[in-house]
Amino acid sequence: MVFKIAWRNIGRNKRRTAITAASIFFAVLFSVASESLNRGVFDGMIDSTVSFYVGYIQVLKKGYWEDRTLEESFEMDEKLTSVLNNVDGVDDVVPRLESFALASFGKITKSALVIGIDPQKEDALTGLAGRLIKGGTYLQKDDKEVMITSGLAEKLNISVNDTIILISQGYHGVNAANRYRVKGLISFGSPELNSKLIYLPLSAAQDFYGAENLITSLVLDVKDKNTSDLALQSLEKSIDYQTYDIIDWKDMMPEIIKMKEIKESSNKIVMFVLYLIIAFGVFGVILMMTKERKFEFGVLLSIGMSRVKLAFTIWLETVFLGFVGAIFGLVISYGLMYYLSVNPIVVTGDMAETYAKFGIEPLLPASVDLDIFITQALNVFVLTTLLAIYPCLAIWKMKAVDAMRA
Amino acid sequence: MARFQASKYILMKNVITVKGVTKIYNPDTIPVHALRGVDLQIGEGEFTALVGPSGSGKTTLLNIIGGLDDASDGSVIINEQDIAKLSDSQTIEFRKQNIGFVFQAYNLIPVLTAKENVEFVMLLQGASQSDRDARVKELMSAVGLSDHLDRRPSQLSGGQQQRVAVARALASKPMFVLADEPTANLDSKSTADLLDIMAKLNKEENITFLFSTHDQRVIDRARRVVNLDDGAVISDKTIE
Repeated sequence: MVFKIAWRNIGRNKRRTAITAASIFFAVLFSVASESLNRGVFDGMIDSTVSFYVGYIQVLKKGYWEDRTLEESFEMDEKLTSVLNNVDGVDDVVPRLESFALASFGKITKSALVIGIDPQKEDALTGLAGRLIKGGTYLQKDDKEVMITSGLAEKLNISVNDTIILISQGYHGVNAANRYRVKGLISFGSPELNSKLIYLPLSAAQDFYGAENLITSLVLDVKDKNTSDLALQSLEKSIDYQTYDIIDWKDMMPEIIKMKEIKESSNKIVMFVLYLIIAFGVFGVILMMTKERKFEFGVLLSIGMSRVKLAFTIWLETVFLGFVGAIFGLVISYGLMYYLSVNPIVVTGDMAETYAKFGIEPLLPASVDLDIFITQALNVFVLTTLLAIYPCLAIWKMKAVDAMRA
Repeated sequence: MARFQASKYILMKNVITVKGVTKIYNPDTIPVHALRGVDLQIGEGEFTALVGPSGSGKTTLLNIIGGLDDASDGSVIINEQDIAKLSDSQTIEFRKQNIGFVFQAYNLIPVLTAKENVEFVMLLQGASQSDRDARVKELMSAVGLSDHLDRRPSQLSGGQQQRVAVARALASKPMFVLADEPTANLDSKSTADLLDIMAKLNKEENITFLFSTHDQRVIDRARRVVNLDDGAVISDKTIE
């Protein structure tokens, strides 16, 4: 009977039910939207940065990450690439040979980061060919030419078809010096990357550094960071940790993780304020309901319904409402966030320029990670059930005769 | 006559004994004396009207007898139990088992049907489904609403709602029924019907009724009339 009364009471005052359920529904919607957009933006930022350059996972020779010298390079081993290619979630394995060099054109010399790449694989991983500007063409595997970033080209005052001279120290200390025609200029949003990169085909880079068949990293081409976590778990079983280090995007970009943590902390404050507003909204409705039904509670107490049963009935009623509101909020917010994940909000004006400056697409995508929806719906539901304690307390202290006099 | 009445009271078991009940509202600020040392005994099977002008203390006395309010002084003994000595939960339990209430505004549970309203107190008492069904059938028949079992209060007239309220008050087989202005919101026909039903239940099932009322039609049907004024009993007449 208690369940029957609670359930039927929901349909009794449709306006009150609608207001309560709508408060809960909007609470779920707003909290989900806030969390989903926040996470979506960061995921987008991480995806952009990762896909521009570092990749989600790199396999390195043990010790390379700390020293970053060619002495810590390793042989490109068919067996290793085959093992890595067979890891769940890994689409391809992309080799790189990275080291520093002095780049010179005319009287200007600048330091640069030289990256030897497999052009096709690198393009598949980072979309490098799409970054070409000023009429150059993309590298081919057997080219003896370079592509340089526009920022560095500007510093050197060099352009396509000019010849750049590279000087460095190669593998085991050999002298490395050669000249290359600039085949194309590429542009990165990140000013830091844009001011120092020179791309060479892998074989040309190995020749230059005297590092035949050596590479400094194997970048694993995985779809996204969730796949990357799964791939990492599989890698733990198949890689010799005495010889290799596995570095994932979190290790490679600690500053983004830190930024994300700071943003999440500030978002917690925003969420707290949001929950506070939500709580006051829902509490207002519950308070109104308690006042409106004081007389009825008095009658029920006077005809012999125990306070515990009455309080439980009213609590249950609010919980039913909370549940219905939370479910609606969950379903509608999922639909809305899914739409925003497929059709992100486009950032315009100064904000868009700032995004572009850091190489991030000027979009605000929403995340549709299920945990966001479930957590927020649960939070609001729990908040509602806690607020539903108020009428219980009111009933506990209520004197039937006073309530019926109200 | 007086001797005859005295012997009648001796034969009749007292259900309610009110001894020197005083009620003072706002004792610490502006005291309002609602009851001033009321003494009253109600015997089993009585059909008593508590009458008096507004503010005379009728409802306050009913509330104190029903354990809904506390007396400032004095005691109410129901079937040898001083109700002031019961805890809050014991008082609620005591009301559930022993007292039926009929309110001026019917106060049925709007989301329950007539049948469910009547069986509600029995459910609280833990009665079985078969006992509940039998009692509901019996009471709804007694109040002439056998064919309205599945209607909600909003689908019943005021008179019908009050008859359901009487059936609800009797469902738990209480020792007595307290009715606070039960006909105040009813038209003449509904009042007459309700009084017929209550009088019949009183006569045939020996159910004790105590009303508070202004309504002359109710007073005319009562077999005892207790007149209150300014919180005190000023007359107590048994009508033969």
